[in-house]
Amino acid sequence: MELFWYIIIALVLTIFFILDGYNFGTGIIHLFFAKKEKDKKVVAKAAGLFWDFNEVWLVAGGGMLFMAFPTFYASVFSGFYLPLIIVLWLIVFRAIGLEFRSQFNNTMWTAIWDTSFGISSLLLALFFGIALGNIVRGVNLGGVENEISLYEPHYFFLPLWDSSFSPLTEHPGVIDYFTIIIGIIAVVTLAIHGATWIRLKTNASINKKLKNVIFNLNIVLLVLTIFSIVVWQIVNPNSLDNFAKRPYLIIFPIIYFTGLFGLFFIKKIKKDSYNFALSTLLIIGGITSSLASIFPVILPSTNSINESLTIYNTATTDYGLSVAFNWVIIGVILLVIYIIIQKRLLKGKIDKMDYGH
Amino acid sequence: MIFYDRLQFAFTITFHYIFPQLTMGLSLMIVYFKWKFLRTKIQKYNDAALFFMKIFAINFTMGVVTGIPMEFQFGTNWAKFSELTGGIIGQTLAMEGMFSFFLESSFLALFIFGEKLMGQKLHFLTGFLVFLGSWASGWFILATNAWMQHPVGYEILDNGKFVLENFSALFTNPWLIPAFLHNQFASVVTSAFVVASIGAFYILRNKNLEHGKLFLKTGVIFGLVSSLLVAFPTGDWNAKNVAKYQPATFAAMEGIFETEEAGAEIVLIGQPNMVEKKLDNKIAVPNILSFLTYQDWNKQIVGMDQFKKEELPDNIPALYYSYHIMVGLGTIFIGIMLLAAFFLWKKRLHTIKPILWTIMFLVPFPYIANITGWYVAELGRQPYLVYGLLKTSEGVSPTVSSGNTLFTLLGFVGLYMLLGLLFLILVGKTIHQGPKPIKH
Repeated sequence: MELFWYIIIALVLTIFFILDGYNFGTGIIHLFFAKKEKDKKVVAKAAGLFWDFNEVWLVAGGGMLFMAFPTFYASVFSGFYLPLIIVLWLIVFRAIGLEFRSQFNNTMWTAIWDTSFGISSLLLALFFGIALGNIVRGVNLGGVENEISLYEPHYFFLPLWDSSFSPLTEHPGVIDYFTIIIGIIAVVTLAIHGATWIRLKTNASINKKLKNVIFNLNIVLLVLTIFSIVVWQIVNPNSLDNFAKRPYLIIFPIIYFTGLFGLFFIKKIKKDSYNFALSTLLIIGGITSSLASIFPVILPSTNSINESLTIYNTATTDYGLSVAFNWVIIGVILLVIYIIIQKRLLKGKIDKMDYGH
Repeated sequence: MIFYDRLQFAFTITFHYIFPQLTMGLSLMIVYFKWKFLRTKIQKYNDAALFFMKIFAINFTMGVVTGIPMEFQFGTNWAKFSELTGGIIGQTLAMEGMFSFFLESSFLALFIFGEKLMGQKLHFLTGFLVFLGSWASGWFILATNAWMQHPVGYEILDNGKFVLENFSALFTNPWLIPAFLHNQFASVVTSAFVVASIGAFYILRNKNLEHGKLFLKTGVIFGLVSSLLVAFPTGDWNAKNVAKYQPATFAAMEGIFETEEAGAEIVLIGQPNMVEKKLDNKIAVPNILSFLTYQDWNKQIVGMDQFKKEELPDNIPALYYSYHIMVGLGTIFIGIMLLAAFFLWKKRLHTIKPILWTIMFLVPFPYIANITGWYVAELGRQPYLVYGLLKTSEGVSPTVSSGNTLFTLLGFVGLYMLLGLLFLILVGKTIHQGPKPIKH
């Protein structure tokens, strides 16, 4: 049951990053590449139509995490207090930027909300990447100092940064040179994803240029990926052991690299939906490879006193998990029905669609 | 320091709840307008549905962006509470995401963009599903809160964790149905007053007259019915539940410092004096409270003197005032709506300016009544998070310092001031533009 819920929650959160990921990416592209008002408008619309539906995946994932792994939820949310609250603020700016830009037909007004949408999307991508980096790197569980725990063994608190910015100190911060690399990888990945989404959904005049942008970003991504694996080896020499111990996990890095190499053929691929599928593979592969590298741990301990948090020592009882199993099945069936209806009614490019308010 | 954590939660939830109460009530009224249009084919009903849909959309955005921090704060500020009770309240909160938010957000986009794509019947259906989603959300939140007020279906393990023992008990909790209905009717009061108030505004400005009259009429009818239902039977049920399950809270909210031999009075006005343990400037009617609570004029009601200090809520004056403001406003709403309904029946309401002005300016007060109602529930449950079992002081995050909490509290205050300002500007603009003018 723990494993089932772990997979479900990982799935829900991955879907969140695929769906809201194209919004973040659209925001990044919007910030750097959309110059004409017409493009800005349609690009913002490409993100704006479904942001609240996409956001629900985060809320649903959070709720399930709360229900199934309450100890993990409590530990991680309080331990990463500041970055999480900052993410909340950014989510607010992102959403109101999208919703309110078209409310007044005034260039100053739209410029403010476009910038709000663009910058908060960029920072959200960065912060989510940094968060993933933190999960993989692990934290000082129990706040151990001189072999003595300051808190209960499953609690911790991380400042935003430590002055050395090194993941190898006793109390690493949220931002260090390892997590920042993962953060930048997330920004680049999501920018690619946003660009393939814009090409898929709109007829913006920048679409031609975006093919080159995707190609160039992909080169950057390849370099960064290799660099991050090297740095990771330095930070934690055992980081790839899990793949040797459980060889079937190698499927996840394969997914990632399929997406990565596939996108180098972007100039040859005619169908925009293939490109979008490839950038989706990048996201799925990136998240699942990171999680797989530490499985069944979900938050490694960087000290030797307190044990890491796993899906087994943070879960609620079997009764709770199995009751929830029943309703989640019903929920998923309903959800599939909603999505089918939604896609049937709103398909194709959105340039002409009337934004109701 | 727990003070900042409580203040931050109180501030963010108060601000958040400005929006869902209108979302829930208004979705019902939009469905009504759309249904009327389908039945009668009279254009003004569809105009009304589309006009309030615009206000709904702005409101919904605000509700979503201020709602996400609520779920996160369980973990960030109340980690110990989350760890100990997540196995139970996580169920209802996760179900809210699964069964309510997906439904609401899937069909809201279709409702807003899809009128021309789908045709009228499907458009009505999407509106109905949005309504269903928003009320389901209320249901799961009330189920969560009901468990905190009156815990059922749980088991406490040796390590202090609350785990689920009986899932269906969460939904058959005797606290749940009265609280849910009371809350939902109260949200209809808010939306009815908003609709009536916009109607009164248009009539007074002599603009959009036909729509204005429709809004006024619909608002008054919904407002009268819902404010009656909020008081009786649902308000009455809730008060009886508090008397039964939280007697210390009941004594505190009613302002009963001393236990009388027989028959408790009902306090209308008075200020709690916590030093001398009495009410200053009290105006009260004898025996009424006993009758209302137990249908027995002489039944004894236990006062605060019979409880230990640590069993009583920790802010008795705030609880007492919240309760009396809620009840007082509720009574005023019934009075004004009765009067308005009388003139509506006489077909003269739109000509009586004093009532139109009153209805127009009354609009903040149902919000205040809704929010003070929630204060009664939350302050009344103190000093517990889970009534009788887990103290509020035991639920706070063990590793987050008060300096960090104050920092984020200040951030939320600043951000929400900006949001509130934007909300007022945008709703004001929508009202100013008005519904689509009727072509004759």
